Amino acid sequence: MSGAFRIPGAGRLKQAKTARFSFDGQAYAGVEGDTLASALLANGVHLVGRSFKYHRPRGFLSAGAEEPNALVQIARDDARKTPNVRATVQELYDGLAAQSQNRWPSLAFDVGAVNDIASPFFSAGFYYKTFMWPKAAWKSLYEPKIRAAAGLGVSPDRPDPDHYAARFAHCDVLVLGGGAAGIAAALAAAETGASVMLADEQAEFGGSLRFETGARIDGQDGFGWAQGAIAKLKAMDNVRVLSRTTAFGYYAQNFVGLVERVSDHLQNPGRELARERLWQVRAKRVVLATGAIERHMVFADNDRPGIMLASAARTYLNHYGVAVGKNVGVYTANDSAYAAAIDLKKAGVNIAAIVDLRDNPTGPVIDEARALGIEINFGRAVVRAGGKFRVTSMTVQPKNGGGERTIPVDAVLMSAGWTPSVHLFSQSRGKVAFNDETKRFVPGTYAQDCVSVGACNGTDGLAATVDEAYAAGAKAAKDAGAKAAKGTKPKVDAGESWSRGMLGAAPGAGPDTTVKAFVDFQNDVTAKDIRQAVHEGMHSIEHVKRFTTNGMATDQGKTSNMHGLAIAAETLGKPIPQVGLTTFRAPYTPVTFGSIVGHARGPLFDPTRRTAIHPWAEAQGAVFEDVGQWKRAWYFPKGGEDMHAAVDRECVGVRKTAGLFDASTLGKIEVVGPDAAKFMELLYTNPWEKLEPGRCRYGIMLREDGFIYDDGVVGRLAPDRFHVTTTTGGAPRVMNHMEDYLQTEFPHLNVWLSSITEQWAVIAVQGPKSRNIIAPLVEGIDMSDEALPHMSVREGKICGVPTRLFRMSFTGERGFEVNVPADYGQAVWEALWAEGQKHGAVAYGTETMHVLRAEKGYIIVGQDTDGTVTPNDAGLDWAVGKKKTDFVGIRGLARPDLVAKGRKQLVGLKTKDTKVVLEEGAQIVADPKQSIPMKMIGHVTSSYWSENCGRSIALALVAGGRDRMGETLYVPMPNGVIEVEVTGMVFFDEKGERLNG
Amino acid sequence: MLLIRCPYCEEERPELEFRNAGEAHIARSANIAGESDDDFEKFFFIRSNPKGVIHERWRHMHGCARFFNAVRDTVTDKFIMTYKAGEPKPAKLPGVAK
Repeated sequence: MSGAFRIPGAGRLKQAKTARFSFDGQAYAGVEGDTLASALLANGVHLVGRSFKYHRPRGFLSAGAEEPNALVQIARDDARKTPNVRATVQELYDGLAAQSQNRWPSLAFDVGAVNDIASPFFSAGFYYKTFMWPKAAWKSLYEPKIRAAAGLGVSPDRPDPDHYAARFAHCDVLVLGGGAAGIAAALAAAETGASVMLADEQAEFGGSLRFETGARIDGQDGFGWAQGAIAKLKAMDNVRVLSRTTAFGYYAQNFVGLVERVSDHLQNPGRELARERLWQVRAKRVVLATGAIERHMVFADNDRPGIMLASAARTYLNHYGVAVGKNVGVYTANDSAYAAAIDLKKAGVNIAAIVDLRDNPTGPVIDEARALGIEINFGRAVVRAGGKFRVTSMTVQPKNGGGERTIPVDAVLMSAGWTPSVHLFSQSRGKVAFNDETKRFVPGTYAQDCVSVGACNGTDGLAATVDEAYAAGAKAAKDAGAKAAKGTKPKVDAGESWSRGMLGAAPGAGPDTTVKAFVDFQNDVTAKDIRQAVHEGMHSIEHVKRFTTNGMATDQGKTSNMHGLAIAAETLGKPIPQVGLTTFRAPYTPVTFGSIVGHARGPLFDPTRRTAIHPWAEAQGAVFEDVGQWKRAWYFPKGGEDMHAAVDRECVGVRKTAGLFDASTLGKIEVVGPDAAKFMELLYTNPWEKLEPGRCRYGIMLREDGFIYDDGVVGRLAPDRFHVTTTTGGAPRVMNHMEDYLQTEFPHLNVWLSSITEQWAVIAVQGPKSRNIIAPLVEGIDMSDEALPHMSVREGKICGVPTRLFRMSFTGERGFEVNVPADYGQAVWEALWAEGQKHGAVAYGTETMHVLRAEKGYIIVGQDTDGTVTPNDAGLDWAVGKKKTDFVGIRGLARPDLVAKGRKQLVGLKTKDTKVVLEEGAQIVADPKQSIPMKMIGHVTSSYWSENCGRSIALALVAGGRDRMGETLYVPMPNGVIEVEVTGMVFFDEKGERLNG
Repeated sequence: MLLIRCPYCEEERPELEFRNAGEAHIARSANIAGESDDDFEKFFFIRSNPKGVIHERWRHMHGCARFFNAVRDTVTDKFIMTYKAGEPKPAKLPGVAK
């Protein structure tokens, strides 16, 4: 029912329900608990993908996270298409639909496979060498072609409809890896009462106990013991157990990133379940129990489907009850493949032969294999595999040469030995050490509060592993502050043990050969490629890696790095430690962007700030623009107006009668204290000591380098209290700048700073009728010109609520800025609006505000200045206190370059054709006929159509601008050169009479 | 993510709460207007950028908002110690040889 290769009675999924699924449109049946890989193998399917470069047919290499070949695309629906899913990790659910990748038109007939025949042209460094010239061809020809041909899988083209959760957690002991070692460590730590987290990437805990039939702990079989121990741990209040959870990154100070796959294994996850959950864990101690990964043998055509790691075949048999073939060959350089052969043989699968590269190994597994009647060949090598879409034979030869013999097989199990998984240890900045005897890198010098136990620490044997892990778990808990353990250590009754093996290319794939013996399956790197890289001068392993791309695929070389290193070392004639290991980097396995982004997308990506008056503007049909995090009303279109019509109407309306503008986003800082004036003297260029309470001044803030940092109107409310305004975007950094000086340079000043931006809503009422609009609503403030002249401030009441009423103007008209507590912002606005309607006032947005201020030559910091503009450059020298002996920027202003002649200065520009509106940012030249590249002498900073002036207006920074009044300059644009005249910056009401108009 | 001890809060808090504010112990002259070009250059532009121990300013931006000083190893990215603004450079560093 669930596949011809499912062996009755074998594995642990005996009672499981059937799960139907499809692969490349073909329907199959598996059972619940299968992975996609085990279910396909149960149906006899080995061919699952095409390789990256040569498009060679590929099958399953492994049964776990290290899988380089079996990458598939899984589509739940149109929006949920996930490429590069490892079939060995994906759990089967009823209805799962998978597609193979990197093949066209089909898996069996793939046009790209021509690359395999043409492979002599695709050797290491091929891209670097071939597409060098002509240079122009790179962009137009090579890159698009390569990009189209390269890449694995197809990215989803719709927004991800799933949601991703995120959790922060703290614990005493974090145990990574849930095999025998991890479970023993977690038990020891948990029994002390310490808070413990245990995570494993698999759906079920047990690690290698999933396939090790020889393990017995506490009187049970190993896997059964693991399930019992996990149940015990789950029942403890101080323990959190996470399955399907991969620790992908080990960061500073025991900060570990884990991703939990919450619902990828479910048929109908529903909306309430997150797809994945990102755990960011800070642990006092970390126990690394990450195990080891088996290596393949490097021989000719070792990538044929059906050739896989011995431990993988054993997992498929002992856990999933699936035989990977009917007539299986074994090629090994260590004992562990024997155990696989024995298990398969006992399950009724024919073992064609074991080929062992070693000369005369001895041991119990060898004796057992022999006793079962399996043919064993010592001192021989598999020099070649036959078959294309499935291995059909293995050709055996004595390892030092001699007669060949071809043995028909339908699968080959291989084992070159085991590589300790030191990825996380290495990410923690620990230094690995090479053990010359066992030929493996193991943890050497620790950089953080962590410990490695079991196979990842190079500890061989189950009993030794459990002893080590249990002791380490107890110690980690103790070091984290817990008491001594009071539990009992698990007793290992029997276990399996092996080490050794070989690194590098096997006989038949040596330096004298040109065969395709794959080292890195996913990136199609062969032993020959690595030798060639060394011969072409790549002597550092980091260079070899990049030149060949060995270990650079999504599997990050879990099976290939050690082989690649050994071949490079051999070619260089150096011992392995001298060649060194490449750096391990996070993530351990690929992590989705979704899990990293979490909830921070869409409206939650960045906070949106809205003013108190926002709902009114919205109801009026305002169009909004983003200014930093703020939404600001941009313009208020009426009756089908476009932006230009609306802005023209608003601009004229303000100058004719009056306009209301929401200026609430303006940054506001209250500077309070006995030394407030002294502080203002130091932070702004202007003099403040003599400013009378009740009066305002336009202030300029510099950085120490002398360039304009911010500006704004400052009102002195009392001798010890200033109400400072800043630009909308500048508010946080101005506050930071002020705090920095107050705390670190002028701490002797008795001053407090408070951000009051959000405490006050600000309604600008500007225009000849502004006073008539405000006056009826105000109590306790004399609104006459004598009592409240331009640039003054009073406290009183408006509409019965407190106000700080500024008389100031950013339009050049008589104007007021009404500050009221934000909660009353909309109510006061509506009252003012009702009053304004009697006079025909308009509501205006930021665009009109920009045009009106430009008509008056008022600058906007950050638009007309860019961090290289001095007050003098901006024509604001009058705002710099000449008698002052200190303020931030005073020394910077005296720098030679800042006082030199010919600096860019802010001027006005009038186009000769009054209808032409310049483009902001456009470059300005003195002679449009000069050859390209022209000498650019400045650029346009602000440019608008001014309905009030009946022409276009612009501000520009121009070298020596103020000496060029009346000069004609040129703005070359794609459609022709625009002639402009240099003018003063004020285009409207040059005498400023309207401030009191 | 690093843990940084704020000397004012007297607590280790995650890096997210802090903002780096450049090299520490660069005093602004009381007579800055009278400084030579060379002295101003040293004060404003020149920074040490060492490989190893650096003294730098941090601000507990999303905490107490105070500026303080820290000694950090730029090779290991480890914070050796933190201390309040205005306090002198520590003569001895905990756990550092020499």
